[in-house]
Amino acid sequence: MSELYTKTLTEIAEQLQSGAVTSAEAVKNCLGRIETTEPQVKALITVLGEDALKQAEAMDADGPDASRPLWGVPIVLKDLLAAKGTKTTCASKILENFVPFYDATAVVKLKEAGAIIIGKANMDEFAMGSTTENSAFMTTRNPWDNERVPGGSSGGSGATVAAGQCFGALGTDTGGSIRTPASFCGIVGLKPTYGRISRFGLIAYGSSLDQIGPMARSVEDAARMLQVMAGYDPKDSTSVDVDVPDYLAALGRENLDGVKIGLPKEYWGEGLDEEVEVALKAAIAKAEQLGATMVPLSLSLTDYAIATYYIIAMAEASSNLSRFDGVRFGHRNKDAEELIDMYTSSRTEGFGDEVQRRIIMGTYVLSSGYYDAYYNKAAKVRRLLREDFEKAFEQCDLIAGPVLPTVAPKVEDEMTPLQMYLIDIFTVSANLAGIPGMSLPVGLGKDSGMPVGLQLMGPAFSEADMLSVAECLEKNLEPMPLAQL
Amino acid sequence: MKISPEEVAKVAKLSRLDLPQDKLELFAGQLGDILDYMDKLGELDTESVEPMYSPVKHTTVLRKDEVKKEYTRDDVLSNAPEQDGQFFIVPRIV
Repeated sequence: MSELYTKTLTEIAEQLQSGAVTSAEAVKNCLGRIETTEPQVKALITVLGEDALKQAEAMDADGPDASRPLWGVPIVLKDLLAAKGTKTTCASKILENFVPFYDATAVVKLKEAGAIIIGKANMDEFAMGSTTENSAFMTTRNPWDNERVPGGSSGGSGATVAAGQCFGALGTDTGGSIRTPASFCGIVGLKPTYGRISRFGLIAYGSSLDQIGPMARSVEDAARMLQVMAGYDPKDSTSVDVDVPDYLAALGRENLDGVKIGLPKEYWGEGLDEEVEVALKAAIAKAEQLGATMVPLSLSLTDYAIATYYIIAMAEASSNLSRFDGVRFGHRNKDAEELIDMYTSSRTEGFGDEVQRRIIMGTYVLSSGYYDAYYNKAAKVRRLLREDFEKAFEQCDLIAGPVLPTVAPKVEDEMTPLQMYLIDIFTVSANLAGIPGMSLPVGLGKDSGMPVGLQLMGPAFSEADMLSVAECLEKNLEPMPLAQL
Repeated sequence: MKISPEEVAKVAKLSRLDLPQDKLELFAGQLGDILDYMDKLGELDTESVEPMYSPVKHTTVLRKDEVKKEYTRDDVLSNAPEQDGQFFIVPRIV
């Protein structure tokens, strides 16, 4: 009982279904782990202890339900996913007391599958950041080394899974926000194809980029969570109506015979830390041993991805965040005597520095005289970037590369905004193109002892292939241990 | 590209933000650096390229033309900073 938290989601789901473990035991174990580790990790903005336990006891009274694949499994949500009756803050003062009266579609689906929501995870304010230092409430720490960041913006989700506080978490990925914390925290993180999971109930940052995805301790766990959440949703006009394959059935391959993996020269060159390169090359060598063929290729527009991404993301952010005006929800300045003054003072008090910077930048690139030079130009380069990927996928099934050029940096390593944006160099392209990407932990850096993630990217809706290749590789690499806390 | 604190103040005003002078100066320097970096997109010839605004086609979803009440007035007003049980209350406009 005391070490239930060390199990994977798949293992605990099986034990819950067989009756070997009750849902209340699973929840209590996670809450105990939260109590022990949270003072160091600070992964959660809200812990739903009593509610979760009541719900678990009610479920136990009825007994396991084989039709609900996540029956009794404790799960954590990133705090920008609406959960009915639960504070949803986006790690911002402007939404500090916001309590949605509806569930996001992904949350509805998790609940229908039997999952128990036990907490809401810290994040960069409105998902703007790569380290989870931009939260209005606290800085989350990396469970592997509390002096280091967990990555962002889903850093709370990454840290809570890596610390054993839950069996899986939801993150969102606008420019790498699932893959970055997954890589830094040594867990699996999957950003599905844009449109694969409904975005209804996700508080938007960059609407044409954001995608919800699972963060978990194994590839199979991620596949189980994706299976539950994937599918068309008429409430979301960006949701895509295509069949959902059986992701679990795709797992279990013995080797990688016939799989062609593209290695873009732009991802493997200068700038990659040596310890990251060593760990990644060992994983690539293992994939070759398992039968995969490596295909050298070029994604020649990689250098333009960051500029393209930030223009589009900031433009969309400035538009999305205009809804926070203090009228219907969120923080309101009490002293304003006039309407426009109320908008301005409420927003000035409620948003943090990084959010304000991106709103101003986004407004600037959308403003008359600059729209064509920045936003429209970026939208054109975005198409070229997607065509770059389409050409690459004529030569290979999946692309492999680093998630980030380094392991997790230390909290006190100060970066300018531009330096912070540049670390997303390998992740943002997948969001611009709308294709799936994932981070698979492949080992520890020999100098830092910190986790290193291998990024896999594939054509749109190729998650089943990606998961099957990742699981085969995972089975043949040294198992990634839990962070020692 | 150099951007002045006055230009930042103008854009901030359009964004309904009111920043103190020290922050205007800080943002002006940072935004200048970011815009310099973004200017590298000018190296690419995109004359004949159709812009791509989203990876998917957005569809207009129409629900059945039936009267339906998904949320109550209390639900909708539940997060309002100020309301009278019927309406959102805001400060005067003029």
